[in-house]
Amino acid sequence: MTSHFLLLLLFSFFVAVVFAVLMRSEPRDQVRFGAMVFGVFVVSAVVIGWLMYPFSL
Amino acid sequence: MRADAARRVAGGGLALLVLVSWLVPGAGHLWLGRRSKGFILLAALIAMFAIGLWLDGRLFPFELSQPLVLLAAIADAALGVPYAMAWAFGLGQGQPAAVTYEYANAFLIAAGLLNMLTVLDAYDTALGRKGGS
Repeated sequence: MTSHFLLLLLFSFFVAVVFAVLMRSEPRDQVRFGAMVFGVFVVSAVVIGWLMYPFSL
Repeated sequence: MRADAARRVAGGGLALLVLVSWLVPGAGHLWLGRRSKGFILLAALIAMFAIGLWLDGRLFPFELSQPLVLLAAIADAALGVPYAMAWAFGLGQGQPAAVTYEYANAFLIAAGLLNMLTVLDAYDTALGRKGGS
């Protein structure tokens, strides 16, 4: 597996699962919070990735 | 539920709970009766660690002369028994030329850091600071 995007999705999934389990108690809240963390991870990574085009080091 | 969790670690068991929680991810929650949390944490953290090793990640050595390497080593070791087993079997040598090397290290380091959070969560739960299932 060498796709960086798939690895990003995989990493975000596991971190979101752990955060959701630790920070919320009810299953419905855990699913909602986990989905939000996952989405924020992926979207922010893509946005930062695009910003690195015009502002590369 | 809170009183029940506190009763389970009464009598000086708090230090043992923290130790067990560090050695085996999710074990502290299982001990406290949070079975679903414990099993999910166990599966997620072991899976992250295994993926990190599979993608040619490196278990960093404890080198005092290189502070960042030392911090990475501490984070790796925070996973407890899985880290010790991987080290004992010679896994985690790392392949810096592999395209997945940096991602693999992120998986390995994050797994250890998340286990630190898990230990803190088990500690708080044992003290009755957190409720839930």
